[in-house]
Amino acid sequence: MTFALETATHPENLKRVVIEPVTRVEGHGKVTLLLDEDNRVHQARFHIVEFRGFEKFVQGRPFWEVPVLVQRLCGICPVSHNLAACKAMDTIIGATVPAAADKLRRLMHMGQILQSHALHFFHLSAPDLLFGFDAAVGKRNIAGIVAAYPDIARQGVALRRYGQEVIRLTSGKRVHGTGVIPGGMNKNLSRDERDCLLQEIDQVIAWSQAAVELIKAIYSERPDFHNGFGFYRSSFMSLVRDDGALDLYHGGLRARDEHGQPIFDHVDYSHYWDYIHEEVKSWSYCKFPFIRARGREQGWYRVGPLARINNCDFIPTHRADAERKIFKEFGGGSATQATLAYHWARMIEMLHAAEVIQELLHDADLQSDDLVSSGERQLRGVGVIEAPRGTLIHHYRINEDEQIVRANLIVATSHNNQAMNEAVRQVALQYLDGQQLTEGLLNHIEVAIRAFDPCLSCATHAVGKMPLEVELVDAAGTLIQRLIKDSDGRHRT
Amino acid sequence: MTAPLLIFGYGNPSRGDDALGPLLLERLQALNLPHVEALTDFQLQVEHAFDLQGRERVLFIDASISCTAPYAFSRLHAQKDTSYTSHVMSPMAVLHAFRELYGDPPPAYLLQVRGERFELGEALSAAATANLDLCFDLLQKLCTKSDFQEWEQFVVLR
Repeated sequence: MTFALETATHPENLKRVVIEPVTRVEGHGKVTLLLDEDNRVHQARFHIVEFRGFEKFVQGRPFWEVPVLVQRLCGICPVSHNLAACKAMDTIIGATVPAAADKLRRLMHMGQILQSHALHFFHLSAPDLLFGFDAAVGKRNIAGIVAAYPDIARQGVALRRYGQEVIRLTSGKRVHGTGVIPGGMNKNLSRDERDCLLQEIDQVIAWSQAAVELIKAIYSERPDFHNGFGFYRSSFMSLVRDDGALDLYHGGLRARDEHGQPIFDHVDYSHYWDYIHEEVKSWSYCKFPFIRARGREQGWYRVGPLARINNCDFIPTHRADAERKIFKEFGGGSATQATLAYHWARMIEMLHAAEVIQELLHDADLQSDDLVSSGERQLRGVGVIEAPRGTLIHHYRINEDEQIVRANLIVATSHNNQAMNEAVRQVALQYLDGQQLTEGLLNHIEVAIRAFDPCLSCATHAVGKMPLEVELVDAAGTLIQRLIKDSDGRHRT
Repeated sequence: MTAPLLIFGYGNPSRGDDALGPLLLERLQALNLPHVEALTDFQLQVEHAFDLQGRERVLFIDASISCTAPYAFSRLHAQKDTSYTSHVMSPMAVLHAFRELYGDPPPAYLLQVRGERFELGEALSAAATANLDLCFDLLQKLCTKSDFQEWEQFVVLR
């Protein structure tokens, strides 16, 4: 819980290594490492550009447009933004969302969790975990795991597709639906739609359980390595239900310190600013939130799957809760602070999402027509959900003409900003310090960042820029070496 | 019946020139070509591999900030992505996902349309508007050519 290595004492004497994933447009994000002549790390920073211009984008727009507009922020998690914005608008229109609409939203959200977690694990992280972070890592045993799970890619796509289908049927459209509205929902789930989803849910649960078994097998094969990679201790923050259960859609904010002791609990998020402040740093566009009671230096925390599994007292679905207990007891609790344990926690949540979908599909409320309510108009609304990558806060103020006058978003990537910086620093110290740079070593830094799956203002996708650029520059600013990783994975200088 | 030619234009309509792909799709849809299915999304993801099933040919259309104006047109091959975030997926990676699921993907091409500005809330730039017109001309020609060799003659890498 320190800021060691954030700022070097004499940066003018150091070489600069830049890992710059310029994915689509300028300035998405990069990693800079300042090394001395012996290649020892003196400074490490992960820079992010997030939702530039969003607040301006929505200013002056009628508040009821916002849940649709915010879906254009992110092509990966539009449902999360849609739901968080609508929860804020529920407050603005004074609505108490009917039970049936609440359940339909939860169903949609579980579809989002399922598809997002499946995408992340099977197509982003599994290759690292299965084949090693560089060419030489434990290939023989890993091959055994692959042999035991030959259909993982196929299952990953099928799980993602099922989650997308849940979203389509609840939101009304394949892309950026309009099912969720301020005060509730504008459509229910028909019996035919329900039956369509029920046909596959047993298989989806089985595949999700298999995914948990896969990550357990990977993790258990080299527990010390997986626990130790980019290891550090931190606080965690997440929503929990009134009874302490895992709840990804609604609840109070809970924060625990690096020893598991409570910082705050069951906090009403409509006054989140009494508990969380946001700091701006000159070297990053992304703000650095911190827990107010612990101050700027000690108050940073992690959000997302690992935070949620650690913070909840139990998971209210039996398969996932059994896996939570195994996770918590693994190695005497040694995985609970590990960077790579995000993947394990993510798969437990995916299993939970599949179980909740099954429960909800058997609930007759989903066919109800009592879907909308409204009440006394308010001028401010805050909506919070647990998005796939972590706590998502949407905060709006409107004027008497029902136009947005102020908006503030704190996304998971912002909450995790300091934590990702810390992960990069730890990996740099573990794997780069005192060594010559190699592609494999630099990939270790990407692996640490992948655990969080940051969203870098992603909703623009013009092709063309190289996804990864590494530069080595000496203290005088002269370029010594450049390494470019193309979008197809090939390297060139 | 599955249309033999899939044209998939992607991009965010609220981010300036990133709207080039969806806008080209809109113009194409107005032509009501029976052998063409036009699909759009904000970005590519693995499940789009399902949309490639049963096609004779696939054309992806995206805005580009690195190709030379007005456009680049190229043949694609399946290739796995290497990224640190799930928020990026290339058309080559979609073809790779198809290969994992079904075997060899259909012949696929990428039409990159040069864009200049991509900020949230921006309108299409003047340069992108001109490129859009030129690309639509090409798109119409491509839609009338069913022969594989005829598409190859339009390949332009800039």
